[in-house]
Amino acid sequence: MANAFKDFFMRLFNGLFARKKNIRLGLYGPPNGGKTTLANRISMDWLGEEVGAVSDIAHETREIAVKEKVIIRRNGRSLTFNLIDTPGITTKVDYEDFVRLGMRENEARTRAKQATRGVIDSIKRLDEVDVVIVVMDATQDPYSQVNITIMGNLEARKIPVLIAANKIDLKKANIKALQSAFPKYKIIGISAKYGKNMEDLYSALFEMVK
Amino acid sequence: MLALQFIPFREIEYLNSAKRINMILKVVKDERIVLLEGRLKPHEEAELIRKTMEEIDERFRGIELSVIHPENKDDLLFRRIKTSVINAILGDRKGFTIVGPASVVKEIKKDPDKIQVLTGISLGDD
Repeated sequence: MANAFKDFFMRLFNGLFARKKNIRLGLYGPPNGGKTTLANRISMDWLGEEVGAVSDIAHETREIAVKEKVIIRRNGRSLTFNLIDTPGITTKVDYEDFVRLGMRENEARTRAKQATRGVIDSIKRLDEVDVVIVVMDATQDPYSQVNITIMGNLEARKIPVLIAANKIDLKKANIKALQSAFPKYKIIGISAKYGKNMEDLYSALFEMVK
Repeated sequence: MLALQFIPFREIEYLNSAKRINMILKVVKDERIVLLEGRLKPHEEAELIRKTMEEIDERFRGIELSVIHPENKDDLLFRRIKTSVINAILGDRKGFTIVGPASVVKEIKKDPDKIQVLTGISLGDD
């Protein structure tokens, strides 16, 4: 009985994606988790071009960037994605944080204003994605409320989600902590910067939407 | 001085999402920490963040937000479904939500059953 239900929903789910031409793949997460680094990695792997600039300073990505028709191939099959790199979601933005990092005050204020706008756009865009990779920094506390709020919203919207535990090249990375915080979800440890475990990520993505 | 305002769930129970969020933000913008009984719905949490971003200005730099919520992993499936349906209709009264102004609350650490609120003021401050 349970299997019949599962089969029914899988058929329905697969049918939905089969009808879609381009699957809208959103990259979500807190600032500085490596979303744009991952977007660049995916885009470079399959299109040979980057999506956006990366920086150690938070809120480098302040506008949604879309790379269309990213075709990912796996075992003779292919899926076409519109790759959507979103600004990091946060609960606070203080221009003085940017000043402390060496920015001029005017520049810092502009960046802070754009960052707040970016968060708003990211949240609005949640209604316009088909699947999501949540990019979490594996060296940081997994119980951050931003992580939990993002996951809760994706679950409530029934959007298939995969967690990329990024920065596993760093010693402090702790995938087990992420697995313990989000036991219901598939988590793939990656290093977007060095391209580590990207094949696993693509396989998991394929599994999720095939 | 650290000011904490407790909001029992019954005070927000019959409010729509916009009013719930406005009530919380009004207290937080007044530099008080909200201790809300229960939790907001996921879309309300996202809306609280969105609205916070709209309100950020020279004085208000955002919020720190954390939810402590007991998960009943051992509950029977039927009981979990029943709880989910009740929560969807009436709201989730279990646990607590802490929302503080970012100017006062620097960080909220969760362990996950223990919460530490790290403030930017020392105990000797007025």
